[in-house]
Amino acid sequence: MRIPVDPSDWLILIPEFILLGTAIAILMIDAFAKAASDRSSPWISLAGTAGAIVAAVFLWGNPLSGFGGMIVNDDFGVLVSTAILTGTALAVLISVDYVRREELPAGEYYALILLSTIGMLLMVSSANLIMIFLSLEVLSIALYVLTGFARMRPRSQEAGMKYFLLGSFSAAILVYGVALIYGATGTVDLQSIADELISPGVLGNPVLLAGAGLVLVGLGFKVAAVPFQMWTPDVYEGAPSTVAAFMSIGSKAAAFAALVRVLIFAMGGLRPEWLAAVWVIAALTMTVGNLVAIAQDNIKRMLAYSSIAHAGYILVAVAAANRLGLQSIPFYLIAYAFMNLGAWAVVTAVTRKGEEAVGLSDYSGLFWSHPVLAGSMGLFMFALAGIPPTAGFTAKIYVFMAAVAADMIGLLIIAIVTTIISAYFYLRVTVIMFMERPAEPPVVTVPTPLAVAIAVAAAGTIWLFLFPGVTQSFTDTVARLL
Amino acid sequence: MLPAHYYLMLSAVLFTTGTLGVLIRRNPIIMFMSIELMLNAANLAFITFSRYQRSLDGHIFVFIIMTVAAAEVAVGLGIIISIFRTRTDINIDDLNIMKG
Amino acid sequence: MLVQYLPFLVLFIVAVAFAGGAMVLSRLLGPKRPSATKLEPYESGMVPIGGTRGRFPIRFYLVALLFILFDIEIIFLYPWAVIFLEAGAARVFLFFEILVFLGVITVGYVYIWRKGALDWE
Repeated sequence: MRIPVDPSDWLILIPEFILLGTAIAILMIDAFAKAASDRSSPWISLAGTAGAIVAAVFLWGNPLSGFGGMIVNDDFGVLVSTAILTGTALAVLISVDYVRREELPAGEYYALILLSTIGMLLMVSSANLIMIFLSLEVLSIALYVLTGFARMRPRSQEAGMKYFLLGSFSAAILVYGVALIYGATGTVDLQSIADELISPGVLGNPVLLAGAGLVLVGLGFKVAAVPFQMWTPDVYEGAPSTVAAFMSIGSKAAAFAALVRVLIFAMGGLRPEWLAAVWVIAALTMTVGNLVAIAQDNIKRMLAYSSIAHAGYILVAVAAANRLGLQSIPFYLIAYAFMNLGAWAVVTAVTRKGEEAVGLSDYSGLFWSHPVLAGSMGLFMFALAGIPPTAGFTAKIYVFMAAVAADMIGLLIIAIVTTIISAYFYLRVTVIMFMERPAEPPVVTVPTPLAVAIAVAAAGTIWLFLFPGVTQSFTDTVARLL
Repeated sequence: MLPAHYYLMLSAVLFTTGTLGVLIRRNPIIMFMSIELMLNAANLAFITFSRYQRSLDGHIFVFIIMTVAAAEVAVGLGIIISIFRTRTDINIDDLNIMKG
Repeated sequence: MLVQYLPFLVLFIVAVAFAGGAMVLSRLLGPKRPSATKLEPYESGMVPIGGTRGRFPIRFYLVALLFILFDIEIIFLYPWAVIFLEAGAARVFLFFEILVFLGVITVGYVYIWRKGALDWE
């Protein structure tokens, strides 16, 4: 592999470089003017994220590839990057007061969020297995630190340790899979792998199949698919809520983008081999995620299992591997960014004695004291359950249509049944909010940045339902890549 | 020169040892050492394939994996040390405030 | 196939036999007059203080960790140098590229330095 030196390659990475510059600026302000950094870093990081969104949209419709084909910027990548950057911007907004309240070191916190986002964006545009591994580590290492960031809380420490051990375990599995694929095909470039697969001798190669399997396991950990989901509830519960919100969008979206590139773009020729595995994983993920979520009475754990379940629905679209499936994945991720971050934003607002009030009972009667907040929470719960008029409904319909088009009726039935089951625990939250207020109601504080984040998330959730066409025309061009 | 599949078998044995170590051992530092073993198994496989295919790509990948492993060590030991400061032992089975 | 490794085997056996033999012989033949000073562990001529199993201060690990990080980043200068030699007209661009790389590392260094991670006290 010979990588030509071409200065124009750097154009592709403009969003990443904007974020890197912002992160460095925040770190330097933190190192030389601590007081100023505590006040300014959320707003600097918000500006940086906005700049990155503008740069990403600027790259839209103009597919570029650079660094010897290691980085591509196609429309699929731009859309998923937009979902990730939206998630980052909203996560920064809900962090403003949270970081102050929990007395976390602000400069490091926002710098790590931005560095992790760089890893996510790189992962989305990786067209090379080694790039996928490298960007996966960039995003994960920052997240390990962020998960254990509340050093004084044993839960946060425990979550950080668990996430670190299982995360690096999965990365090691992934990289061994990459090594095997490299051995079988002689390349780690996704396009070259796709070309190699045309020759009949390669297809049945057990080394290639083992490598593909290990890569699937490694990415399965990151998207929190069953049976590789065991870290998710503990990490989401122990991590600071804003970090859990951030990673539930970003690392999932980035890992799904990589999964699509590996399974559909590179190994589309192997679909008969991997379909059964992805089918089973998708079915298990939807079933286990939704069923276990019913038993949770801690809202953070419930959202964790909900996030597992949603990974299952996106996996249905991956398994379909058709035009509709490819269109629905970016749409689903953007919709999920809005509705899930909205729900997490509400979680950070409800506190008791300075701690988050995470019991479901803490939400009883919330509607009578804070109708707008409870109303938004209800909207997000409707969206996560897939009930109209929300983006969650539209996203699920797209996935179901993709399953129909791919003749996967069995998986479609499982998806519909689990969606109906999931309505139970999402709607339970809504019902609880209308019950009588408890004797000792929790303290609810909604500072302005948090209110803005909730408003944007709610608006996005409804907007994508009313005008799915806005992204539809985008996703059309995505499907042409197939 | 030894045939390539000798190195591949060694790499597979290292990888399996590492995987079993992570699954069986309960001390986070030992578990992390097992993960490093898995990464090094991948490194060995990369070098072997690289030699076998007469290209230098695999060597560069090993550089990248080694750097990433060093960054992981720094963060991982940092987390383990911060837990050490608040408690005396770090058996993973004692880290179970959260269940479910 | 394996026959070509025979010299190594012979060398290995000779090395083990020589080292082992020398140790056994000196134990059998050498005079033994132990004294307190002779029985102390040898630490480059210094008089040892304290046991060997003492705990190192945690700072030691911190500095070691930081050293590993900065040390290993430099490995990337080698492939860069190889490419730079053959780059021709692109050299100027390559030069600025590596400046960015080193700049990012310098930022990390300035940060840990300002945060006091390098202060020994």
